[in-house]
Amino acid sequence: MAVVALEKDYADKVEVRDRVENFHGNHVVYLHWEEHLGFCAALAFPLPPAMPFGALIQEIIPTYYGMHPDFASIDWSAVRWTIDGKEVTPDPAKSLAEHGVGHKSLVRFWTPGLHGFKGSHS
Amino acid sequence: MTMVAKAKLGLKQRYALLTRGLDWEPSYQSKSAVYPYAEFEGIKIHDWSKWEDPFRLTMDAYWKYQAEKERKLYAVLDSFAQNNGQMGLSDVRYINAIKLFLTGVSPLEYQAHRGFAHVGRHIPGVGPRVAAQMQSLDELRHVQTQIHTLSHYNKFFDGFHEWQHMHDRVWYLSVPKSFFDDARTAGPFEYFIAIGFAFEYVLTNLLFVPFMSGAAYNGDLATVTFGFSAQSDESRHMTLGIEVIKFLLEQDPDNLPIVQKWVDKWFWRGHRVLGLVAMMMDYMLPKKIMSWREAWDIYFTEAGGSLFEDLARYGLKVPKYADVATAEADHLSHQNWSTFYQYTQAAAFHTWLPTPQEMDWLSEKYPTTFDKHYRPRYEMWAEMEKEGKRFYNNALPQLCTVCQIPMVYTEPGDPGTIAFRTSQHKGETYHCCSDGCKDIFDGEPEKYSQSWLPVHQIFQGNCGGASVEDVLKWYRMNLGADNLDQAGSPDQKLWNEWMAARQRVAG
Repeated sequence: MAVVALEKDYADKVEVRDRVENFHGNHVVYLHWEEHLGFCAALAFPLPPAMPFGALIQEIIPTYYGMHPDFASIDWSAVRWTIDGKEVTPDPAKSLAEHGVGHKSLVRFWTPGLHGFKGSHS
Repeated sequence: MTMVAKAKLGLKQRYALLTRGLDWEPSYQSKSAVYPYAEFEGIKIHDWSKWEDPFRLTMDAYWKYQAEKERKLYAVLDSFAQNNGQMGLSDVRYINAIKLFLTGVSPLEYQAHRGFAHVGRHIPGVGPRVAAQMQSLDELRHVQTQIHTLSHYNKFFDGFHEWQHMHDRVWYLSVPKSFFDDARTAGPFEYFIAIGFAFEYVLTNLLFVPFMSGAAYNGDLATVTFGFSAQSDESRHMTLGIEVIKFLLEQDPDNLPIVQKWVDKWFWRGHRVLGLVAMMMDYMLPKKIMSWREAWDIYFTEAGGSLFEDLARYGLKVPKYADVATAEADHLSHQNWSTFYQYTQAAAFHTWLPTPQEMDWLSEKYPTTFDKHYRPRYEMWAEMEKEGKRFYNNALPQLCTVCQIPMVYTEPGDPGTIAFRTSQHKGETYHCCSDGCKDIFDGEPEKYSQSWLPVHQIFQGNCGGASVEDVLKWYRMNLGADNLDQAGSPDQKLWNEWMAARQRVAG
């Protein structure tokens, strides 16, 4: 669709604010624990693309989600993952980039049997 | 010799001289050079003389009315201050609603002033140009009277001291700020529809009535008075908003799709901003007026319904996603308050969990949603508080590229799942919270690819540093005073002392 702007070459002058070069070598990655909306939204992290997926599970997730009463009951072998909508089985040793996690990718995970506080999705 | 006494001009004649009489056809410059913003939006105007002035106000009359209102307002403010009006509030928690107003809404009055000043220069028709100039002055008056009124509370309570600085920087204030930035960076006709019609006419009652009735119910006479002082201006603004839309639609049938797109866009953007009001009504007022759901039904579904019936003869339809917004009314305030509760460390007002009585009120007002989805959330957090583990969300949330609100809203019809929408533009991914925001993004991706998203700006290192404390200092928040829970705050401590002193006096 044509740009509605006073200046003819407006579209060429646009400076994309969130392009990957602005993040000091990191990618912005969003992480979301499904059915646990006590965490009001997906969480955003600036992460190095070479970071192993395992660090997400062992460090980041426990730090930021560990306070939830369901957390201790997660069976990690049963967790279902999607990256930008595609089902994946992560390999903890491989990097985020190798899993296809790019700049502004969304990683969602479902924990079978756990549906939030008293099943309320909270 | 006969003296012919020159009759004094009537109001109508004076108005005609002020507007039509002071206009002229440029001769050294082309009209398009004098009004460079008039055509690029694609709006076609064939005959500006068909513009019917919705009100005929001359400058002398304008100054006279406004001066009278100012005198009354400042008399009330003086007496409020002399009588320690702040002690007559229903409860100190009420003050937080006013903090949100000063940091989130008053700066919009100033933005509206600047926007209407721009339109008042750049619309080629002299009638709407003069009307926009007057509205510009009104808006400036509104921001000034609000600052003066609320400055009284700044003497006693935290969170009022850096409202303007905060408006430009704080993460949640980027929601109202970006709304007006978006409108002001559009062309003059879109601005007129965005603010004059969609905001002032369709949605303004949902902003001002709740805040002003909330003030009246909770003993805040000062705020009620600036509300009254602005009210006659607001009705003028509404009349202007409806006249603009009718005029554009009557001038050329090609204007309809452009105007419809703007109405759809600005309805949705307005709905998102008003989520702050929803939360204020349902959670922040100690004495409630009505629920957000009830306010939405009265002021949007009923009043807006008859408005759009009236506009149907021009081919204009009810804004797209009005049905989604109506369904969301059962969830909006709960999802927003939950967000501020978990980010209380980063808010310039205090938060709390609703009391059991308030939860019962919410159950009654939201019978299909509160007990099922939101009561358990608050009960979980109450248990965590009891164990000394008050829940703080220690990571930053994903934001919507368009409305800039954390992506907290759920799928229509599925309150257990967050709605994720994405668009691709020139190889970049952009996230939106809803179909409404995604449509807006897809309509102008060049514009929103420039969004200043607070979370991403923090990651880029543009907000004072990498730690939460650095960022909050950059916001000029006084840590431990402006932020965190109401319980234990300096505001609460001061209030408790006042109430204890009052009891001692009462014996």
